[in-house]
Amino acid sequence: MALIINNVTYKGKVVNLIAEDGIIVSVGKRTRKAGVKDTVIDGTSLTLMPAFIDMHVHLREPGFEYKEDIQSGCMAAVKGGFSAVCCMPNTRPVTDNKYIVQYILDKAAKLDIAKVYPIAAITVGLEGKELTKMNALHEAGAVAFSDDGAPVSDSRMMRNALEYAGTFGYTVIEHCEDKSLVAGGVVNEGAVATRLGLPGITRAAEEVEIARNIVLAETLGVKVHIAHVSTEGGVQLIREAKKRGVKVTCETCPHYFALTDEILEGYDTAAKVNPPIREERDRQAIIRGIVDGTIDCIVTDHAPHSAADKAQGYLDAPSGISGLETSFAVSYTALVDCGYITLDRLSELMTYAPARILSLPCGRIERGGVADLALVNLNASYAVDSSKFLSKGKNTPFNGYAVKGEVKYTIVGGKVKYSRR
Amino acid sequence: MKDLLAIRGLTSEIIESILDRAAYYKTSLDSGNKCFDKLKGKLVITLFYENSTRTRTSFESAAKYLGAEVVNISVASSSVQKGETLKDTAITLDAMKADAIIVRHSLAGTADAIAGWVDAHVINGGDGLHAHPTQALLDAFTIKEKFGYTKGLKAAIIGDIKHSRVARSNIYLMRTLGIDVNIYGPATLMPQGIDKLPCRVCGSMEEAVKDCNVVMTLRIQAERMKGGLLPALGEYSKVFGIDSKLLQGAADDVMVMHPGPVNRGVELSYDVLDTDICYKDKQVTSGLAVRMALLDMLIGGEL
Repeated sequence: MALIINNVTYKGKVVNLIAEDGIIVSVGKRTRKAGVKDTVIDGTSLTLMPAFIDMHVHLREPGFEYKEDIQSGCMAAVKGGFSAVCCMPNTRPVTDNKYIVQYILDKAAKLDIAKVYPIAAITVGLEGKELTKMNALHEAGAVAFSDDGAPVSDSRMMRNALEYAGTFGYTVIEHCEDKSLVAGGVVNEGAVATRLGLPGITRAAEEVEIARNIVLAETLGVKVHIAHVSTEGGVQLIREAKKRGVKVTCETCPHYFALTDEILEGYDTAAKVNPPIREERDRQAIIRGIVDGTIDCIVTDHAPHSAADKAQGYLDAPSGISGLETSFAVSYTALVDCGYITLDRLSELMTYAPARILSLPCGRIERGGVADLALVNLNASYAVDSSKFLSKGKNTPFNGYAVKGEVKYTIVGGKVKYSRR
Repeated sequence: MKDLLAIRGLTSEIIESILDRAAYYKTSLDSGNKCFDKLKGKLVITLFYENSTRTRTSFESAAKYLGAEVVNISVASSSVQKGETLKDTAITLDAMKADAIIVRHSLAGTADAIAGWVDAHVINGGDGLHAHPTQALLDAFTIKEKFGYTKGLKAAIIGDIKHSRVARSNIYLMRTLGIDVNIYGPATLMPQGIDKLPCRVCGSMEEAVKDCNVVMTLRIQAERMKGGLLPALGEYSKVFGIDSKLLQGAADDVMVMHPGPVNRGVELSYDVLDTDICYKDKQVTSGLAVRMALLDMLIGGEL
């Protein structure tokens, strides 16, 4: 049973691709007649990319299935061109023990839609008091550790977490936020927040924690991964640290390089996200960080919420954006189509870098490579329509946003898991 | 215009038309006539998620003087306690055929949200730190009543700008009516980005009030002391309080305003408080006239 893709564009050339049992056996001029059991895709006018890997999503299961479950999250993932997602541990119960890791893996395997890699908690119950059994969690299948959303505020606990994880070379991902500086803020602190009367969050809340984690990683000689960088100062801190040789990597999200806080006008809570969408100078700094390699990868921080959750007004509505189904189009539009980076660099940001940071297999378009692939139409122009999302979370500030680039097929392990009719 | 949600975006023509109608009601009120039937058969609902005796009473009286039926809903007696969402509540009130809903909420944007959900006219009675348009309108009315005009006047707004929807609404309204606005207060109570609003940020009290025709000061909340935004009320009043000595630098015809309630001796010293340059009580009557004008014109489809 083979997969045959004909006449698809890859790195500027029209090629044919053949994969057998999930492994690419040929990329080039060669094609072959399809057998009855083979799948054939006409790739005319489509571009071939390795399928994307999102190392920061919230699948909400177990515990918050009304917002999202593993099935709907995986369907959203493959619709967005992702072959794999890494899900954060702020579930209920918290993913701080091997049974929850096992539950997620079993469920995902049974569904067989996208690959799901659980990220386990750094501390028990995300409470910042007691380390989780990292080794046991890793053996059960956790690919990294994070207290995402409930950052480790105690610096000594963070030091211990980084140091202990360093024993085994595990990756610790930290959501950088000094909660005392957030002080009830809900949006970026600045002219827009002042005009709209919304309490602001200072950039310092993020930057103080980024600085702390860089200093800890540098002192200990271990690695740390900074989640969703959103500020100019944050990018600068990481740039300088990398120059010094600190083992720091980081990610950002499409809303931080495609939007500014002007979107808050009208109080649409779909734009409420943590860290908050910042100002133009931050947006520009994020793009510069992407261009010069300071920022390693693009993640979605896919955070689906129900409509009722988001209808609570700005202070009470939960933070988060449902991002899996817009990530590629928004990134392609804001970064590649605008001329900042090449499509190859986008593959680095959306596939190769996250795979490298977490030591995950990923699609490689070469003989012997894993056939995790996305076929995209780069010329498709359309407006985002959140009502068509497969995710249960329709919460996006990009609804109605004009984008270019559409995922037509997503192939995971040589099998078509999504195709757009 | 269906709703009044904020001052920003209103034209001077609309504002002047409301002030003109308010002048008509003010004259009537001053002559003892409080009985009108313009809103007979109409239902006005005040939906207050935040305590406020002054504003609610002012709206309620204004609606009643115009002949409307008034229902007051405050958070303690509402279904909010039972977990009903804001949207459910708003839609329920709309289904009761309310003609106007006056909303006060601790959350910025609430009136905007409700306006999008209901057919009734929505008036923002104060939303979080965002806007308090009727307060700004009544302040403008009070200023215009005293001077007869607004263009070319100078005003200072002093105090806790950060937590003040009154300051934000007044900055926009004063600029729209041609009044220059200075602002000043302790740096911890000046919001980031305030310089992008149409006002001038000053460096001292003397600079802020210099040659001003209007000096407006804002209520200081005791809770600011807890979060470390201010050390003590005494220190605040010493540096940022308005007294007669400071006002020597203002224009000769200066008027002092305060949205109330005043912390006596804190924002305003005793040598200013109970003198005829202090307009805080006149502001209350202006509020009644302005809210009558607004309800009349909004429900009557004149805006």
